[in-house]
Amino acid sequence: MTAAIELVDLRKSFGSTEIIRGVNLEVGEGERHAVIGPNGAGKSTLYNLITAKYVPTAGRIRLRGQDITARKPYEINRMGLSRSFQVTNIFPRMSVFENVRCGALWAMNYRYSFWQDVDRLDDVNERSLQILNDIGMVPRADVPAGVLSYAEQRALEIGITIAGGANVVLLDEPTAGMNRSETDQTVELVRRITENKTLIMVEHDMSVVFGLADRISVLVYGEIIASGPPDEIRGNPAVREAYLGAEAD
Amino acid sequence: MLELIVFSLLNGLVYGLLLFMLSSGLTLIFSMMGVLNFAHASLYMLGAYLAYTISLKIGFWPGLIIAPLLVGVVGALIERYGLRNVHRYGHVAELIFTFGVAFLIEESVQLVWGRQNVDYREPEILSFPLFTLWGTDFPAYKAFMLAISVAIFIALLLVLTRSRVGLIIQAAITHPNQVAMLGHNVPLVFTGVFGVGSALAGLAGVIAGPALGTFPGMAAVLGSIVFVVIVVGGLGSLAGAFVASLLIGMLQTFAVAVDYSLEDLFAAVGITTSKTSALIDLYTVTVAQIGPILPYLLLVLILIFRPTGLLGKREV
Amino acid sequence: MSAIAPTSPRTGGTFLRRNAIWWVALLFVLLLPQVARSGTSIAVLNQMCIMVIFSLSYNMLLGQGGMLSFGHAVYFGLGGYFTIHLMKMASGGFFMPLPLVPLAGGLAGLLFGLLFGSFSTNRAGTVFAMISLGIGEMIAASSLIFVKFSGGEEGITADRTDLTSLFGIRFRSEVDVYYLIAAWMVLSAWLMYRFSRTPVGRMANAVRDNPERAEFVGYSQKHVRLLSFMGAGFFAGIAGGLFAVNYEIVTEETVNLVSSGTVLLQSYIGGVGFFAGPIVGAIVYTLLQTLLSNYTEIWAFYVGLIFVATVMYAPTGLTGIIMMHLPIYRAGKLRSLALPYLRIGVPALCCTIGVIGLLELLHFLSVRAVGQSTKRLFWLTLNVEQPFAWIIFSVLAVGGFLVARRVAPSVLAAWEAASLHAFGGRAR
Repeated sequence: MTAAIELVDLRKSFGSTEIIRGVNLEVGEGERHAVIGPNGAGKSTLYNLITAKYVPTAGRIRLRGQDITARKPYEINRMGLSRSFQVTNIFPRMSVFENVRCGALWAMNYRYSFWQDVDRLDDVNERSLQILNDIGMVPRADVPAGVLSYAEQRALEIGITIAGGANVVLLDEPTAGMNRSETDQTVELVRRITENKTLIMVEHDMSVVFGLADRISVLVYGEIIASGPPDEIRGNPAVREAYLGAEAD
Repeated sequence: MLELIVFSLLNGLVYGLLLFMLSSGLTLIFSMMGVLNFAHASLYMLGAYLAYTISLKIGFWPGLIIAPLLVGVVGALIERYGLRNVHRYGHVAELIFTFGVAFLIEESVQLVWGRQNVDYREPEILSFPLFTLWGTDFPAYKAFMLAISVAIFIALLLVLTRSRVGLIIQAAITHPNQVAMLGHNVPLVFTGVFGVGSALAGLAGVIAGPALGTFPGMAAVLGSIVFVVIVVGGLGSLAGAFVASLLIGMLQTFAVAVDYSLEDLFAAVGITTSKTSALIDLYTVTVAQIGPILPYLLLVLILIFRPTGLLGKREV
Repeated sequence: MSAIAPTSPRTGGTFLRRNAIWWVALLFVLLLPQVARSGTSIAVLNQMCIMVIFSLSYNMLLGQGGMLSFGHAVYFGLGGYFTIHLMKMASGGFFMPLPLVPLAGGLAGLLFGLLFGSFSTNRAGTVFAMISLGIGEMIAASSLIFVKFSGGEEGITADRTDLTSLFGIRFRSEVDVYYLIAAWMVLSAWLMYRFSRTPVGRMANAVRDNPERAEFVGYSQKHVRLLSFMGAGFFAGIAGGLFAVNYEIVTEETVNLVSSGTVLLQSYIGGVGFFAGPIVGAIVYTLLQTLLSNYTEIWAFYVGLIFVATVMYAPTGLTGIIMMHLPIYRAGKLRSLALPYLRIGVPALCCTIGVIGLLELLHFLSVRAVGQSTKRLFWLTLNVEQPFAWIIFSVLAVGGFLVARRVAPSVLAAWEAASLHAFGGRAR
């Protein structure tokens, strides 16, 4: 069985500094996988490598066995990988509904159609409403996305990410900057929408990860020092020292 | 042949350095503020017209100093009371704003000085041939232009590499965000750079006016070429702007001197072209005639084959 | 910035009802010549309609796609040249009814859009703007060099009445041409509106707002831009073709940078954030041009002033200003604004009169004949050599400006109060 995502000896340098130093990782189909690590461990870099924002210095990335190293973002998206952004990344001048709809158009095969009326694409509009319902934003459908509150924009970001129905979803710190109740809601949301999907999330907040992930990988100084189920990670002394210990300070 | 090459080289150098006087200011402003000042060439024209009026009243030499200063003040005012207000709407809005300013300056020049050429002349003392080679004169005024341009070039180099302000500006070019955090008064630096860049454009106008003519279209003649220079040289690269200025200066002056067409080329290798072909223009147009489009052709080629420009680092 | 065609996915209804506003528009433009009968007004209408198409096509780039072009006249002008050549050839005898010839312009615009767009749409913003300027200069200069194709400064002429007649209409009169242009205008505007409602049209907005995010939902920002660019080229070409049909001559002036600048000016004044903005802009600009030029030689300067004022103080354009008041009007609160607007309107008017006076006097100084010292302005005879007129106008201009600036915050507050009320307290 091929893995959903496979990283083979992945490396990335900026100038003479190697940020990612040979990462090997396999994430199986349907698995919820979290990558954690202290600040500066290279989480965001690793995330941006997988999602083709950066080009790796060495190593390969495979999506269900297909090599996607150095592919363009839109090509990877078309192959069934969707991502969110840590800094809210939406279409501010378009309505909430339209934001989500933009996320669904390509995946539902409307591609570069310039002859069909979007308002009459019933399947897309139904899907978009469904997504709005999932992220609890139906009442805000016609509001320009730029005027939403921060937490709402974060939810919308996730909505855009899943609208295309991609099987592999990558989320970058989905609860960053949220208070406790907002975080709980978001975790619940992520759990719901990634049902039967492969999820890779980069996260700093430990409680989010332990409640949600099937497996956890710990990234320290550009290397994965441990990978396993949450309980195992919690008990791993190396992890405690590198990460949890640092966290307690 | 040698005569042609020597004089084209000299004229190309004069023209190229003039271009650099404009493109250096434009590049500085663009690098620091991200603003492409569409009105740059209009300020160049304003410089020439102001100097013309001053030269009528008190002579050429005072104009050489006063006109660029006035243009610098106009530039600083545009930045302080115009651009800064538009800044919050983004770079595209800024560009549209400077486009509007260019339009206004051009219209006001016509409003004040009329639609005709004005008779702005070089000073008596410089209107003699400096030397004569193969029967062709090289005017002393062109040598003067050359001297001013070189002096400005050296002054700019010294200011940028040796002075405190120069170091801040250099830092702002490469790391625009961090300079603000170091506690420098960035808005003031912006206004200053915009003013100095405008003054340089004004000075270019002052010295170019007598040689290239002072007329309402003079901004349009040079405006787009200067944009080509900074893209071809590489956005935000002063060295690139310098190389591209000379390159385009030479390209245009040499093109003017080459009176051959594709037809001549074909004839030389023994191909005759049909006189009735719809593409006849393509064959019979001489290099001298297509001179005006060569810079733009170069721009397109650069964009296709080397999107960062000659010496630039930013991908276009 | 908010109201970019409100979205409701739940629209239905018949074809007739869905497009009601377009049928009304069609009826309106068809009845217009019954009201405006004179030759000049028909001529103005023709120009207006052509400019409406041109501006709308421009807004496919700037407003819908976030691409600021300084060279859109390339597609307008080339469309004109190809159309006029087709007209010339067709007058030799083959079947080509006049109403179809603008299509040649459209196709030319489309193909050149593909050609130039293929290397200029990688990025938007400043870089795109510069490339468009370079291409614009290149084509404008070429049109003076390749004389066989462009006719040089004289341009290319043709006779539209030589073409195949359709149902006996030979388009001899301006009114006949008006119906042709108006029909093309409504059709083009409708198609451009429909385009903005297609997946590509929506993604053009998305790429404008956030190109990076658009790539991560499966779209190549370049391809989306290129499609918009080609569409804009097509409709600019149609407008150019109609120009050729209307004036029977195409010169370098259609393709040059002044023409490119004009379309930017009028679209922006109208408001690029709204579909109707460029329509408003083209109408207002054409009217300003034809009316103002009757009274003053420096009309272009006034248009420039309006443009710069729009960029600085009302970036949503005329349409934006109207849209800001629509909800207030619906809530019946417009009257509460009458007094505040009067308070700023009077000083603003004084300022305007002062500025106009100063500019006209200044202009008069530069163009007057020797010994001439009086100018008629605002039904007054003014002596430019006496300081009186200068002082009065300066006081009006500066005083008006200062007072207007002083009361501006309170007027803005009044507007905010009214619109807050109109939205029932909900944030705008």
